[in-house]
Amino acid sequence: MTLKLNLGACGVLAALLGVVPAWAAPPASFDLVLRGQAFVPQTLTVPAGQTLTLMVDNQDALPAEFESGDLGREKVIPGGTRLPVVVGPLQPGRYSFFNDFHPASTGVLIAVPPKP
Amino acid sequence: MLATAIIVFREVLEAALVVSIVLAAAKGVAGRGRWVTAGAALGVAGACLVAAFAGSIAGAVQGRGQDLLNAAILLTAVAMLGWHNVWMSRHGRELARDMKALGHDVAMGEKPLSVLMVVVMMAVLREGAEVVLFGYGIYAAGTGRDAMLAGGLAGLALGVAAGALLYKGLLRIPTRYLFTVTGWMVLLLAAGMAADAAGLLTQAGLLPAIRDGVWNSAWLLTEQSLPGRLLHILVGYTQRPSALQLLFYAATLAVIGGLMALVNRGENRRPARTEARDAR
Repeated sequence: MTLKLNLGACGVLAALLGVVPAWAAPPASFDLVLRGQAFVPQTLTVPAGQTLTLMVDNQDALPAEFESGDLGREKVIPGGTRLPVVVGPLQPGRYSFFNDFHPASTGVLIAVPPKP
Repeated sequence: MLATAIIVFREVLEAALVVSIVLAAAKGVAGRGRWVTAGAALGVAGACLVAAFAGSIAGAVQGRGQDLLNAAILLTAVAMLGWHNVWMSRHGRELARDMKALGHDVAMGEKPLSVLMVVVMMAVLREGAEVVLFGYGIYAAGTGRDAMLAGGLAGLALGVAAGALLYKGLLRIPTRYLFTVTGWMVLLLAAGMAADAAGLLTQAGLLPAIRDGVWNSAWLLTEQSLPGRLLHILVGYTQRPSALQLLFYAATLAVIGGLMALVNRGENRRPARTEARDAR
C-alpha cells in the first residue's frame, strides 16, 4: 500500500510541479473527433509498439465517455472539450472503443507494425 | 429509456456493491447505518460538485485532472479498506464473540466507522459524478427528458436492488464466518481499485504500462458484459491488464494481507488481554 501510494504521490507531484518524467516524453498524437454522436474517423490506424496519445475531441454539447475494454481505457469527455488519453505501446491488432454514454457510437483502432 | 436505465444501472451498481460489502463488514456495530448514510450523502453532494466543475477538472493539469482525481479517490478508498481490514484482523473475533453473547449490536468505540464512511463516500462520489454528468447532459439537450428521468430512476432502483441482494446474501453467512468472508471481499475490492488507479495513471501518461496487455481474455469474458462488470467491481477483473496494473494488484494484496497476518499473529500471542476482557 505504501509503495503504491508513494508511486501515485510521485506521479501526482511530478504533474503538479510540471515536471515531465522521461518516460512521459510527449508521445505521437492522433486526433479522434466526436461529432453528431459519432466517432470521426471510425477506423483510426496507428503504429504498434509505441506509446500514443489519442486526443479525443468532443465537439458535441453532450458529455461522452470514451471507453474501451480492449485498450483498458475509460475517460469522460465533457461537451466541447478535447482531452488526451494515453494508450499503448500496443501489439498489432484491432482495438474497439465506444462512447459509454451513447453505446451505439463505436469505432476501432488498428495498430499496425511500423514500417522498417 | 432502456439505454439510459442500463447506463445508470452500470454506474450505480459499483457504488451499491461497495456500500453493501461495507455495511456487511460493519455488521453488529452500533451506529453503522448513520455513518454509511452520511458517507452516501457526502458522496452525492461531492458527485454534484464534481459534475458541476467537470469541464474545469477535465481541463486541469493538461487534461489529466479527471484521471488524477479519480486515481486519488480510488487510492484513498484502497487505504481506508486496508486500514479497516487490519483493524478487523485484530478485533474481528472479539467483535463476533460480543455480538453473539449480547445478541444485539455492540458499541465498538474503536471500530473505525469513519473509515467506512470515507469508502462509501468515495464509491458514491466517483460513480455518482458520471451519472450526474450523463443525466445533466441529456437534460440540457432538452429532448426526451421524461424518458431519461424514468430510465435513470429505473437504473438507480435496479442498482440499489442488486446491492441489497448482495447485502442480504452476506447477512445469511453465520457471524462466525461473516468477517472472514467480508475480509476477503474487502481485500479483493481494494486490490481491484488499486489496479484501476494504476490504469488511470497510465492513461494520464504519468506511469508507464510497463507492458500493455499482458493477456487478453476478452474471448472469455468482456468487461462490458454483466458478469464481467460484476467481476470487475468485486475482484478487479480486467480483460486486458497492463503489467503495472498487475503489479498494483499484487502489491495491494501483499501489503494489506501481510499487515493483517502480522497483526493477527501479534493478537494470538496475547492471551492475557483476551482473558481480561472475558472476565469483565
